[in-house]
Amino acid sequence: MVKKGVFYYIKHDFRLYLMLVIPVAYLLVFKYAPMYGIQIAFKDYNIFQGMNSSPWNHFETFKQIFSSKQFFQVVRNTLVLNGLDLIVGFPAPIILAILINELVWTKFKKASQTILYLPHFLSWVIIGGIVAQLFSPTGMLNSLIADMGGHTFPFLTDKYAWVGTYIFVGIWQNAGWGTILYLAAMTGIDNQLYEAAEADGAGRFKKIWHITLPGIRPTIVILLILQIGNIMAINFDRPFNIQNNLVMDFGDVISTYVYRVGIQTADFSLGTAVGLFQSVICLIFLLSSNYISRKLGENGIW
Amino acid sequence: MLLKKKRMSDYIIAFVILISVFLCLVPFLYILSQSFSSNRAIVSQSVTIYPIDFNIEAYKVVFADTSMLYSLFYSVILTVGFVLLALITTILAAYPLTKKRLRGREFFLLMMLFTMYFSGGLIPDYLNIKNLELLNTPWALVLPGLMSVYYMIIMKTFFQSLPDSLEEAAHLDGCNDLQILLKIVLPLSKPALATMSLLYAVFRWNYFQDALFYISDEKYYPIQLKLYNVINISQSFAGENVVVNLPSEALKAAAIMFGTIPILLVYPWLQKYFVSGIMIGAVKG
Repeated sequence: MVKKGVFYYIKHDFRLYLMLVIPVAYLLVFKYAPMYGIQIAFKDYNIFQGMNSSPWNHFETFKQIFSSKQFFQVVRNTLVLNGLDLIVGFPAPIILAILINELVWTKFKKASQTILYLPHFLSWVIIGGIVAQLFSPTGMLNSLIADMGGHTFPFLTDKYAWVGTYIFVGIWQNAGWGTILYLAAMTGIDNQLYEAAEADGAGRFKKIWHITLPGIRPTIVILLILQIGNIMAINFDRPFNIQNNLVMDFGDVISTYVYRVGIQTADFSLGTAVGLFQSVICLIFLLSSNYISRKLGENGIW
Repeated sequence: MLLKKKRMSDYIIAFVILISVFLCLVPFLYILSQSFSSNRAIVSQSVTIYPIDFNIEAYKVVFADTSMLYSLFYSVILTVGFVLLALITTILAAYPLTKKRLRGREFFLLMMLFTMYFSGGLIPDYLNIKNLELLNTPWALVLPGLMSVYYMIIMKTFFQSLPDSLEEAAHLDGCNDLQILLKIVLPLSKPALATMSLLYAVFRWNYFQDALFYISDEKYYPIQLKLYNVINISQSFAGENVVVNLPSEALKAAAIMFGTIPILLVYPWLQKYFVSGIMIGAVKG
């Protein structure tokens, strides 16, 4: 085959390149332009001088961050909440998927799946509203506790209890939906394996342990890596809609902190610097967890 | 399998699932019964999963508040517009990148993947929107999320799963890439497109953060931001005289239901396409 020049390809495929114009322009304007804006983390950003002419401040913002107690507190909270999500929340969909997979009544299986997926489709604003009603001192749970003769439990107002509530609500929202990928992986398991195991006299638990779990192992590993890689990343909607002023010691996380200092008090440099710190740690985590998974012989994320 | 005898463990598993299903539903039943209950019943904490002193006063207040209905309607339009634009952008990125012969394909792919791993952050995003003078416009809720690289990859995987022979045949018939995309690839991708639309639609409908950051003018409040204000500041209802007579709890509950009902209405449809679509993406990817 004769090697052709770059222009040949551009001419030959110009329609494909034209298609790419819109997505590439989108990425440049809305994804890469903000990356250029990261420079204000290293500057005394001043709205009137603008991004480019604000003076460099010799890492003053970072010195300020690393000497602030609050910064370490929100980093700790982010890690703790994500860590608990990982330990408690991660196995939940796996267990649920195995149970669903073991159900023998097809109609019941379908109906329960339909209901279990539902919470995933609700916004955190709505879930936050439901949580506030359900767990408040006068809410249903506390009414039931009172009926049984117990004392009001501070689900939302005691910071330790709040952490539990936060994790539980996360499981409630996501465990059902999280089963989908596992169930998909389970349908890929060869039925002959189960039949052979049965012929060998394996019981239900043995079949789950020796066939189902190894069958979904690649899915578990990939999802685990993704979640570990995201241990420093935290979305905004969930903590923001569940937290309240009484539990900020434990409830304030990086995203909500950046919102408060960066947007509500308009300290843009500080907000950007905290965000940059988070992004860099996230990147390191994601790259290294992927590297480890490749070493372990599983497929990486890419 | 059908003929097999049911064992004890079958019933235990079914029971555990039944409890999980119940736990999923209880919060809704509670909010629903609150919204239909009287002041007295809620204050005395006797409402659980069925209404007491059934009445629809709270809903009358919610529906009498035109700003709620306005936000709902506005969110519908916003979501539809967003889905259309996001779908177009995603297809325009996914289709060319399926072509192995395309020069620079790796570069474009890398450029897109990179944004999955690193981003400017909340504040640079905010300042960017501000500099583009999009603050307090509906565009601030449409443009920044125009393409999810993750969904783009799912779309690309789906395109790649279509048989090459069809495209080759069309090519021999003299179709160019654009015609192949429009006449062959897209008609074959209807299920994937439906799934993709719903993924984007649910994202836009439920996402709250960007509205909180970028929108302060009430006429551009999407439903989530409006709900947030109602739930957290009960006084934002139009008819404040009525509020005095009602427990704010019933009003909040009615507002929560008001925000949940649109999702419930499209839910059977949502669930069908979401699950099948995610399965396709997972098995093939």
